[in-house]
Amino acid sequence: MKSYIIPEFLVERDDHHCIRCEVCVRQCAFDVHRYDEEEDEVFAHEDKCVGCLRCVTLCPTNALVVRDNPTRVPANANWTREVLHNIYKQAETGGVLLTGMGCDKEYRNYWDRITLDASQVTNPSIDPLREPMELRTYLGSKPDAVEIGGGRGRHELETRLAPQLRLETPIMFSALSYGAISYNTCECLARAAAEVGTCYNTGEGGLHRDLYRYGGHTICQVASGRFGVHADYLEAAAALEIKIGQGAKPGIGGHLPGEKVSEEISRTRMIPKGTDALSPAPHHDIYSIEDLAQLIYALKEATGWQKPVSVKIAAVHNSAAIASGMVRAGADIIALDGIRGGTGAAPTMIRDNVGIPIELALAAVDARLREEGIRNRASVVVAGGIRSSADVVKAVALGADAVYIGTAALVALGCHVCQKCYTGKCNWGIATQDPYLTKRLNPEVGTRRLVNLLTAWSHEIMEILGGMGINAIESLRGNRLRLRGVGLTREELDMLGIKHAGA
Amino acid sequence: MEQKKKEWSQKPGWVKENPPPAEKKSGEKSGANEEEEVGKEMKIEIDHHAALPGVFVRKNGKVQIDAGQLHYRELNNMVKGAVAEGTEEIELDNIYGQRYIGSGIRKPVKIVVHGVPGNDLGAFMDGPKIIVERNAQDGVGNTMNNGTIVVHGRAGDIVGMGMRGGKIFIKESVGYRAAIHMKEYRKHMPVLVVGGETQDFLGEYMAGGIVIALGLTANGDSRFTARHIGTGMHGGLIFIRGEVEEHQLGKEAACEPASRDDIAAIRPYVEEYVDYFGGNADDILSSRFIRLWPRSSRPFEGLYAY
Ligand code: SF4
Ligand code: SF4
Repeated sequence: MKSYIIPEFLVERDDHHCIRCEVCVRQCAFDVHRYDEEEDEVFAHEDKCVGCLRCVTLCPTNALVVRDNPTRVPANANWTREVLHNIYKQAETGGVLLTGMGCDKEYRNYWDRITLDASQVTNPSIDPLREPMELRTYLGSKPDAVEIGGGRGRHELETRLAPQLRLETPIMFSALSYGAISYNTCECLARAAAEVGTCYNTGEGGLHRDLYRYGGHTICQVASGRFGVHADYLEAAAALEIKIGQGAKPGIGGHLPGEKVSEEISRTRMIPKGTDALSPAPHHDIYSIEDLAQLIYALKEATGWQKPVSVKIAAVHNSAAIASGMVRAGADIIALDGIRGGTGAAPTMIRDNVGIPIELALAAVDARLREEGIRNRASVVVAGGIRSSADVVKAVALGADAVYIGTAALVALGCHVCQKCYTGKCNWGIATQDPYLTKRLNPEVGTRRLVNLLTAWSHEIMEILGGMGINAIESLRGNRLRLRGVGLTREELDMLGIKHAGA
Repeated sequence: MEQKKKEWSQKPGWVKENPPPAEKKSGEKSGANEEEEVGKEMKIEIDHHAALPGVFVRKNGKVQIDAGQLHYRELNNMVKGAVAEGTEEIELDNIYGQRYIGSGIRKPVKIVVHGVPGNDLGAFMDGPKIIVERNAQDGVGNTMNNGTIVVHGRAGDIVGMGMRGGKIFIKESVGYRAAIHMKEYRKHMPVLVVGGETQDFLGEYMAGGIVIALGLTANGDSRFTARHIGTGMHGGLIFIRGEVEEHQLGKEAACEPASRDDIAAIRPYVEEYVDYFGGNADDILSSRFIRLWPRSSRPFEGLYAY
């Protein structure tokens, strides 16, 4: 069938610059570039280009430009090029539209409408380079009160604390499963988390045996498919996370197509090679908050009550009520994933239309747990579109204990957010299992890039805190007085629990 | 350990002093009626059975625990304590619905349960043999990796959910969604044998292993009435004694009469069933069996527009 889809991108090659080295030919797994020996020229099949900019980045002479195709469908605010392309694609295949990464629609980004405070004259600011500044964060259930014993100058904490996850910076790497991403990517995340003193999250794809040694920095997920969930896996983890939902596809399950279930992935997920790995939409042992409690305590029992148990949900309309139930069900950590949260593959319509922005969910959950007097019983971790240290600081001031970053971490590794992760042909060697592509991501280099990112963000957070006259991230947590909204409606300000700038 | 040291010494400059993390203190949240009790401190020491005379008794190398007054956490701590000491057989008396019995245990210990155990019996377990004298509740063998569970009665819903290895024998019938998402992997081949009937959605999302439903009900051979059998099935085999009609099957399951080879393959499991609960394996196996298998190991192939 002739496709009616016009190329999304144009690939332009400056023939004077091009030295026929064929780097672009080798680098593009989508087979866009082709060298013609007879003509001694490199041509492009532009219709296949996904705009990942791998060729542009690697071309040694900067001969390439990839840009949006300026050819316009007749101007129409409703029937845009994207809408038309989606319909053509479905008319040609009869399939459900798939996409990767997080929602790219223009739902209001509240981080960009919130500004932070700084000290002036009174309560002077602190210079983090000279003064102590504390970013260390403990995730887990905190007691209602603590008893201190000892006497005669010796003080001891008498209250036995619930298990805590210790982080040197309030930033963790989101759940990214082996299978969705390459082994090398997993290794980069694990090593960087260990080096920085934070945690990464296995996602639902199990834990590769070579990564067990980073177990102290690993949050192991237990999802509906229970892939690779066995006693060693539970024991290796620093914390466990029950995945109920994910921001990119709230309410639906997922599946790793059989062609991606390689030998190593089959070993790690403990399923036969080449079969579809289905994650049902619900956990079939969880149909209620009481059932959730049952799984939380099953995991605690199975691991000797030594590890915090997190429960992750997608941010949806009634997140606050659900979160309250989760805390009462015994979750030590609540992870919320907003509508901009990424994924290796999700149906486009779900990704772009289901869920709510994380800023609003966070504000609602934090407020509800405070109202009910149970905020201390669980830590709150937010995910889904955290792009910078400023977003982290704003999230903490809105009530988060820590954040998860997924997309930002992958961008640090080279991802250009082309959203084609589901094709398995990621030219950056991230969202692929093709050995020719995965070796493009060197674990040493990748680890450095991630450590650098977290180091830089942590410094920035300290600068921002210092500017506010605060010397510990703990003092900012849930301090919404240090936030102001710009250009937000009354209702939005009320939801976020912040004042408008100027007030 | 070498590795670990190196990691810590490589900490970026902004992490001031950083000894390796201290041993984590054990969690102290209660798990009774989770709803009310979460957050309250409840002090239960592992292996404190010495403090409870009469509850925990050692006898001829066996351990006997009177669980009548025990919260599941106390009970399971005692069981784990006994297993850690190398006990090979544990008898639990007066079990009234305590959850998670045998959960997470990784040794081939024998646990005999007198009474009705609570949900998630043997969840995540890897090796024990659990024998239940009466009925069991929901989630028997949830995500278990290895071992055997024998129930001399009925069991509730999701028996063998996500089970990856080991065997479960239920004398009578089971509830809904038995063997849901059961998987096999290399040498692990989970087996569920149900003496009676099953409710709907038997073998839903099943990805591996063997389910054998014998339909031996009290009044002789009644019809198998479950519907949506094998919905979403993409691996494994289900054997049902008797007949089922097309409309009882999920669309991903295919069905045909079991062959001689099939019968030979399931014989050892039926014999083991008869060993536990009585009956005659030859009689049972001489009836008609049908075999259900997945139409595809890739049920979602072709669903998406790439
Ligand atoms: S898909 Fe990526 S590598 Fe291939 S031509 Fe387009 S921008 Fe270049
Ligand atoms: S991970 Fe790879 S495929 Fe996915 S958006 Fe990034 S560059 Fe594209």
